Amino acid sequence: MAAADFSRLIAAAADTIAAHAEELTALDQAVGDGDHGLNMKRGFEAVRAEADAFAAKPLPEALKAVGTKLVMTVGGASGPLFGTLFMALGKDLPAAPDRDGLTAALGRAIDAVAARGKSQPGQKTMLDVLQPVYEALAQGKTAGQIADAADKAAEATVPMKALRGRASFLGERSIGHMDAGARSTALLVRAVAEAIEGN
Amino acid sequence: MSNVGIVIVSHSPLVAEGTADMVRQMVGDEVPLAWCGGNGHGGLGTSVEAIMGAIDKAWSEAGVAILVDLGGAETNSEMAVEMIGEPRSHKIIVCNAPIVEGAVMAATESSGGASLKEVVATAHELSPS
Repeated sequence: MAAADFSRLIAAAADTIAAHAEELTALDQAVGDGDHGLNMKRGFEAVRAEADAFAAKPLPEALKAVGTKLVMTVGGASGPLFGTLFMALGKDLPAAPDRDGLTAALGRAIDAVAARGKSQPGQKTMLDVLQPVYEALAQGKTAGQIADAADKAAEATVPMKALRGRASFLGERSIGHMDAGARSTALLVRAVAEAIEGN
Repeated sequence: MSNVGIVIVSHSPLVAEGTADMVRQMVGDEVPLAWCGGNGHGGLGTSVEAIMGAIDKAWSEAGVAILVDLGGAETNSEMAVEMIGEPRSHKIIVCNAPIVEGAVMAATESSGGASLKEVVATAHELSPS
C-alpha cells in the first residue's frame, strides 16, 4: 500500500470518529461511563498527528504503530482493545496483502481482541461487529456490503444484554441501547471500506 | 534477597494513593510499592503508560504483583505487562483480588520474603472462587 493511501485511511478513520464523537459518548452514557467518544477522538487525533510518519513504514509496522499509539492515548478499556486490534493486524498481515491475507489476519486479530477482553461474540461488544465483518470479507463481499454488514451488526447489539465491561454492571438495563464500541467499530469499518472503494 | 514489588492500579488516583498509604502504614517500607490512577487527562480511568511507569518504579528481581479495581484496570494492566515484554513480563502478575485487601495481604506476604507465586496465591485467597 502506498504511503499516501495509508495516510488517507488514517484521515478517514479520524474524521468519522471526530464527526460521531458526541453520538458515541451519548451511547456510552446510557450503558457505560460516558467517555468513549472523547477517548476515541483523542486517540485517533493522536494517530492523525503522526499519520505521515506511520504511513512511511511498511504496512505491518504502520498498523503496529497505530495500535501502540491508540493504547497509549485512548485510555479506558477501549485503548487496549482497539490497540490490540491494530497491533494484531500488523503482526499477521503481509506487506502487500490480498483478500485472503487480510481475512486471515483479521481472524487472528479478532481472536487477540477476544483474549484481551476475555470476551466472545454475543456479549454486546465490538466483537459483535468484527465477527460479521470477518465473515463478509471471507465470503467475498464488496467493500460497500461489508460496511452495511458492520452497521447492521452494530444495530443488532441493541437488544443484547451486556456481559463484559462496565455495561455488564447494568445487567438487564443494558438492553435497549447500542454498544458504543460496536458503533465505533462499524464507523471505522465503513470509513476504511469507503476509502478503499474510492481508490 | 529482594522483596516482591506491589503495584496498585485504580480508576481513581485517590483510591490508589489511599490504598498505598494503608500498605505503608500496615506493612512498612521494605516492600517496593508504586501506585497509579486516573486516565492521565484528569478524569477517572487507567493509563497503560502510567501502569508501565509504576511497574518500573516498584520493579524487583523477585517480580511484581499488580492489584487492580474494575475491569478496565485489569485490561490495561495486562496490556502494560505485554508491552513491557520479555524477559520481565514473566515476573509480573495481575492478581484477581479485591484491591485494598489484596494489596495489604500481598505486601504482608512479600515483606516476609515470599516468592511471587506465594504473594499472588495469598491475594487470590481473598477472591470467592
